[in-house]
Amino acid sequence: MSHKTRAHKEPLLRMVKRDDISPRRAWVYRGIAFILALITGGLLILALGHNPAYVYRDMVIGAWGSPTVIRETIKLAVPLLITAIALSVAFKMKFWNIGGEGQILAGAVAAGYFGFFTAQYFPKPVLVILMMLAGMLAGGLYGLIPAIFKAKWKTNETLFTLMLNYIALAFIKYLMNGPWKSPGSSFPKMPMIGSDVRLTQFFGVHWGWILALVLVVAAWFYFNKTKHGYEIAIVGESEDTARYAGINVKRVIMRTMFISGALCGLVGMLQFAGADFTITEGTAGGVGFTAITVAWLAMMNPFGMLVVAIFIAMLERGANTIQTIYKIPGSAADLLIGIILFFMLGCEFFIRYRLIIRGKEPKDTNSAADDAERSPEAVDSARTTPELSAIAGKEPKNA
Amino acid sequence: MLDVATSLTIAAVLAGTPLLLGALGEILTEKSGNLNLGVEGMMFMGAITGLIGSYSYEQAMLAAGMTPTGLMSALIALLVSFIAGAFGALIYAFLTVSLRANQNVTGLVLTIFGTGFGNFFGEYFGLKAGGYVAVSAVTKAAFAPVHIPVLSDLPVVGQLLFSYNWMVYFALALAVIMAWFLMRTRVGLNLRAVGEDPAAADAAGISVTRYRYLATVIGGGICGIGGMYMSMVTTSGVWVHGCVSGYGWLAVALVIFATWSPLRGILMAVIFGGLMIMRMYVSIPGLPVQIYDMIPYAATILVLIITSVRQNKEHAMPAGTGYNYFREER
Repeated sequence: MSHKTRAHKEPLLRMVKRDDISPRRAWVYRGIAFILALITGGLLILALGHNPAYVYRDMVIGAWGSPTVIRETIKLAVPLLITAIALSVAFKMKFWNIGGEGQILAGAVAAGYFGFFTAQYFPKPVLVILMMLAGMLAGGLYGLIPAIFKAKWKTNETLFTLMLNYIALAFIKYLMNGPWKSPGSSFPKMPMIGSDVRLTQFFGVHWGWILALVLVVAAWFYFNKTKHGYEIAIVGESEDTARYAGINVKRVIMRTMFISGALCGLVGMLQFAGADFTITEGTAGGVGFTAITVAWLAMMNPFGMLVVAIFIAMLERGANTIQTIYKIPGSAADLLIGIILFFMLGCEFFIRYRLIIRGKEPKDTNSAADDAERSPEAVDSARTTPELSAIAGKEPKNA
Repeated sequence: MLDVATSLTIAAVLAGTPLLLGALGEILTEKSGNLNLGVEGMMFMGAITGLIGSYSYEQAMLAAGMTPTGLMSALIALLVSFIAGAFGALIYAFLTVSLRANQNVTGLVLTIFGTGFGNFFGEYFGLKAGGYVAVSAVTKAAFAPVHIPVLSDLPVVGQLLFSYNWMVYFALALAVIMAWFLMRTRVGLNLRAVGEDPAAADAAGISVTRYRYLATVIGGGICGIGGMYMSMVTTSGVWVHGCVSGYGWLAVALVIFATWSPLRGILMAVIFGGLMIMRMYVSIPGLPVQIYDMIPYAATILVLIITSVRQNKEHAMPAGTGYNYFREER
C-alpha cells in the first residue's frame, strides 16, 4: 500500500520513516539545526560588518547581565509562555487557534473595565480577582465563537480566529479614541491605572510569573492525567474514533476552545494590570502569533514551552541591547527568530525520516538495520509496524 | 455627490490593488493545496527589496554619471520584489513540501521572518542613507497615474477607468490571466486537481511536488509585487516602518471573500479597498470611524460561515489545502 513501484530508475534520495529514534539522537539533531541557524544569522551579522560572536555574546548579556534586564526578560517570557500553553490546549485537539491576539485583547478590555472604572469600589484583592475572572470570561467567550461554528458547520477555524484578531484590534482603537480615552490627553490613548490596581510584584516582576510556572505543571497534568486531556487527544487524533468511543465531540471542541481563550484572556489581564498598566494597540503585540511557534517547537510539552518561551524572550530582549551597542535595527530579533524557527521546523523532518542515497542503502532494509543505529534502551521490537515488515518482505524482489 | 462617489471609487481601487495582488498570489498558492499564511511576510519582503532595488539602481546610475530612467527603475522594482517574495515562498515550499513541516506554523514563521526582514532592512538602509530611504522623482513619476491621450480626458469615465498607475492595470491583467489559466488550461486543471485531491492527481501522473513548488513560489512572487505596491505607490517611494502591517492578512481575508476566484477578486478588492478608506469619504452619523476598520474582517467571517453552512464546494477552499501530501501515508 505504501511502497513505490520501482519500474524506472530509483530516485537519488529516498526517505524512510524512522519507527523510533532515541531522544538523545533527536536532541543532537536539534542542536545541529540550532547551530546552523546561529551560523546563518551570524553570516548576516558579518555582512553588516560586525563580529557575530561579540553580537551574540552581547545579546545574552543584554538579556541576563543584570537583575534589571533579567526582570525585563522574564516580563517578556510570561505572556509568551501562558499564551503558548493556552494555544497548545487547542492545538492538541488539532484546532488551529490563530486568534490568540484577539483573545488576549478581549481579556484586556474586560479586565480594563473593572480596572479603570471600579477601582474605587473594591478592595484590591477582590478587584484583582474580578479582573481575572472578567478577563478569562471575555477571552473564553471570544474563543468560543469560532468553536461553535467549527463544531456545528466545520467552519474553517484558522481563518475565523485570524479575522477575530483584527476585529478586537479595531475595537481597542475605538475605545482608545472614544469612550475610554484618557481625559485631557490630546493623543488617543487610555489612562494609566494607579498603584491600587497594579499587580503585586515578587522579585521585581508581577506575580504572573509564579502563575505561569503553576500553569506549566497544571497543563502537563491536564494533558496527561485527566479525562479532559484524554478526550482532547482523541478528538485531535480522529473525530470518528472519538464519536465511536462515546465522546461528545462538539462539547469537547467548545469546552476546549473556551479554556484556550480563557487562558489567553488571562494573559490580557496580566499585561494590562501587571506590565503595561494601560491598554494599547500593542497590548497583545504579536504574542498570539509568536506563542504558536513556541507551542509547536516545544511539541506541546508545557516544560518545553517554558524553555522555548524564555529563549525567545531572551532574543527579543537581547535585540534591544544590540540595537543600542551596534546600531543593528531592533527588528533583527524577528529576523533571527524567523531563521531559528525555520531551521527547527526543518530539522523535525530529519528526526522523523531517514534519507537514503541511491546505491548507498544497506542490503537488508529491514528493521534490524535500524536497530543497530539505535541506542539499546530505545530498541523495542514490538513496535516494528506491520507496514515496515511488509516493505522488508517485498524489498528483495523489487530491488 | 457624484464627485464623492467618483473619488471614493478611485481611492478604493488604489487601496484595493495591493490586496488584489496579495490575494492573487495566495489564490494560486492555495489552489495547489498550500495554505501559506506568510502573505504578510512575503509582502514585506517584496516591499523593501523593490524599494531598495530602485534606490540602488538610481544611486548606481548617478554614481556612474548617467541619468536613471523611470522605466528601468520600475522594471527593477518589479523584478526584485518578485524574486524576494518568491524566495520567501521557496523557503515555505521547501519546508512544507519537501520537509513536511506543518503549513500553518511555517506560514506564521514566514510572516515573522518577512516582517523582520522588511523592517530590518528598511531601518538599516535608512540609517545608511542618513535618515530614511526614498526614491527620486524619476521613479516616483514612473509610479504616478498614467495619462492616456483622449481616454484619460473623458469626463468621469476617464477618471474612473484611465487614470491609475500602471500597477493597477498590471494587477487587473494578472487577475484575468490567472482566471483563464486556472479554468481554461490543462496545466490549470492539473493544478486544481493537486489542490483538491493530491492523491487522485498523483495517481493520474501529475507531480504533486512540482505543482506545489511552482504554484507556491510564483504565488509568493506575486505577493511580493503586492508588497512593492505598498512601498512605491501607497507610501510614495519612502520606507515607512511597518508599512505593510495588516495588509497581508487583509489579502488572506480577500481570498476567502473572493471565494478563491481571481475574477471575483477584482470586484471584491475594490469593495475591500472601499471599506478601508470609506471613513475618509462617507460618515455615517453615530458610527465611530474605528468601527469601519472591522467591516472587512466581519464581512470575511460572514463569507466563511455562509460557505460552510451551505457546504458549497465550488465556493470553498480547495479540499486538499492546508494538508501536506505524503504519498506513502495515503
